[in-house]
Amino acid sequence: MRRALNTLASFLRHPAGVIGLVILIGVVVLAIVAPTLFPVDPWDMVAAPFQPPFDGETWLGSDMLGRDVAACIAYGARVSLLIGVSSTLAALVIGVTVGAVAGYFGGRVDEVLMRFVELFQTIPGFILAILLVATLGPSLTNVILAIGAVSWPQLARLTRAEFLRLRSREFVQAAVCQGQPPLSVVLRHILPNAVSPIIVTGSLMIASSILIESALSFMGLGDPNLMSWGFMIGASRSVMRQAWWMSVFPGIAIFLTVLAINLVGEGLNDTLNPRLSRKARGA
Amino acid sequence: MGMNRREFGKLGLAAGMASVAGIPLGLQRAAGQTRGGTLNTIIHPEPAMLVSAISQLQPTLTVGGKIYESLLRYDFDLKPIPGLAQSWTASPDGLTYTFKLFPNVTFHDGKPLTADDVIFSMTKFLPETHARARPIFTRIESAEAPDPLTVVFKLKSPFSPFLGAFDCTTAPIVPKHIYEGTDFRTNPANDKAIGCGPFKLKEWVRGSHIHLVKHEGYYRAGEPHIDEIIYRVIPDAAARSVALEQGTVKLTQWSDIEQYDVARLVKLPHLDMTTKGYEYFAPHLWLELNNRIAPMNDKRFRQAVMYAIDRKALLQRVYFGLGKIATGPISTKTRFHEKNVKQYEHSPDKAKALLDEMGLKPGADGKRITVPFLVTPSGELYRRVAEFLRQSLLRVGIDLQFEGTDVAGWIQKVSNWEYSMTTNLVYQLGDPAVGVSRTYISSNIRKGIMFSNTAGYSNPEADRLFEEAATATSDEKRQELYSAVQKILVEDVPIVWLLEQDFPTFTDKKLKNVTTTAIGVHETFGAVRFE
Repeated sequence: MRRALNTLASFLRHPAGVIGLVILIGVVVLAIVAPTLFPVDPWDMVAAPFQPPFDGETWLGSDMLGRDVAACIAYGARVSLLIGVSSTLAALVIGVTVGAVAGYFGGRVDEVLMRFVELFQTIPGFILAILLVATLGPSLTNVILAIGAVSWPQLARLTRAEFLRLRSREFVQAAVCQGQPPLSVVLRHILPNAVSPIIVTGSLMIASSILIESALSFMGLGDPNLMSWGFMIGASRSVMRQAWWMSVFPGIAIFLTVLAINLVGEGLNDTLNPRLSRKARGA
Repeated sequence: MGMNRREFGKLGLAAGMASVAGIPLGLQRAAGQTRGGTLNTIIHPEPAMLVSAISQLQPTLTVGGKIYESLLRYDFDLKPIPGLAQSWTASPDGLTYTFKLFPNVTFHDGKPLTADDVIFSMTKFLPETHARARPIFTRIESAEAPDPLTVVFKLKSPFSPFLGAFDCTTAPIVPKHIYEGTDFRTNPANDKAIGCGPFKLKEWVRGSHIHLVKHEGYYRAGEPHIDEIIYRVIPDAAARSVALEQGTVKLTQWSDIEQYDVARLVKLPHLDMTTKGYEYFAPHLWLELNNRIAPMNDKRFRQAVMYAIDRKALLQRVYFGLGKIATGPISTKTRFHEKNVKQYEHSPDKAKALLDEMGLKPGADGKRITVPFLVTPSGELYRRVAEFLRQSLLRVGIDLQFEGTDVAGWIQKVSNWEYSMTTNLVYQLGDPAVGVSRTYISSNIRKGIMFSNTAGYSNPEADRLFEEAATATSDEKRQELYSAVQKILVEDVPIVWLLEQDFPTFTDKKLKNVTTTAIGVHETFGAVRFE
């Protein structure tokens, strides 16, 4: 508990991280209160089409069908955060498992698993994600799966490196000598010591997941029943010359959210890996 | 730009001559006639081939229309006017049709076009290669050529739309001396595209442009007016708009200009826009309901959907006013449209009452039923339509769940009846017996075939009326039968008709005579000229 408080205190000394956290909390709150703020369905045509922002009935204008851009952004925040977090969790589960097994057992197992990881790393991630969604069909679960499937190799390599480092340490050797089963050694001794860089990478991965989701939706490969930021920009592309607000505001939303998550990730990095980051700064 | 330079050069030349001969400059121009010039336009998407007798995709028809000609043309009311045939007669029993050809018609390779080429095209070539010509021309029992400029067709039984099937998209004439005894589809001459139209193929640089030039031996005196047509391949919608805006191209057709850009371009002073010239196709946009499965198998549900959709708003918001509300199965552009049918004004209350009557009561969240909706994968416009329909139907408690797919998957699902709802755009092709009845008659319920009666509607009375109307020989009788069947269909709502979609044809103000017939930009363009 005291350690957690210490971490928080040192995070709060990091100005960029705090700014990021504030924006991020803002986005999360927006996602939570969306139904209260905008009680109607975001797909509903509530206003006249092509209403400019800041005057009239809608805050941020309306789109070509008369949908409220502000409401769409609020509901889009839910989709972006949901997909960002759940696809990162999916990537964490796959990546950490593969990395831990490879790093712990080493040898032949490591060899085979790493070749498998390299197989994924040689295929451009976004292309693979497009391919997966196009094959499986665009739905929320498939989008999460596809993003998870292209994000995990990075985590697997990171986890493996950490495990290789910790594997030969005395406290780990001691636990092995005591006859503890591998699972217990991994979960109780190695993982807790490897978790900091994984958390940092994972937090940054949320940002890249949000970007991949936006890009997929932009190309019309998002879940067609969900309002998302990428979809809004994709739909407004054709009327860019008539209605700038339709693409600018969701663009700002993506920009701010991704920026906030990156700042928070930076802050976490400095807090959780003080030595590493100091070294990096020194260099 | 080529044209501008050429025009400019000509002006200079004319001025030079005028000063020599002392003729005041501008006399020729005052008459409003300029010969020559290059027509730069767009072809999108790039066609796979130019032989319109083999491929009937829109880009092929647009370019092929300049190269291949047919016996007849049709005015905006779909009445026949002379094409290669200068006159024609039909016997009173509706069985014998006689066409008199213009003399001196030649193919691009210099060989004369005779009645034999016409008979070969109608009875051998088209029935093998042309899906929509086949059911019409296989009705020919015998074809004779009493002299080289006369063709006589005898039908097996009367078929009234016969005289409506001789436009250059349905019945292009191909040269017998090149195709006889060969495999039509793989004949190497297909690359040369030899027809008898006012323009012939000079060069086709794939991915760049198709270059057509004047056919010097064209049979109509003084035609073609312009020297060459260049169809440029421009795949990007924004680039097509800019090309038109800046005058790089002088003509755009069909979907070259996207709906949302039309309002902006119409205001430009150098452009004219018309939605005429699509009468023969009369594209009908509808929401197709699979009549086999619940709740779409209940007439009340289908009527409720009809009442629930604000089609006026759909027309204004999604189609930017380019079209007309469809009131029934036959378009106002097609022959035998009946306007005195049951009207479905926008009324969510009537829709709700019908759904209540069916026993579909709203749940706690206001939803009565969830229906899967297959989003038509033909671009953004269809996606907007889908979103519009979902919101409209949600207001009366019908919740559409979108399913995405690609074009091949969509065709497969719809033609194999594995869908609940989808949207479709279907051409009417001039006559209800050709382009309308196919969607509703039970004999055309054919699994695996697109544009058949995929909704699965079956009504013996409608079948009988459509059949009798197709073979009736007088227009009055046909009107009576088609009016009756339209009333039945509009009551039954086998399909939820949405709009008669319009397509914009943009032309430079100096370009004249582009849209003169019911097939508009697919026409031969012999009379097209700059002024």
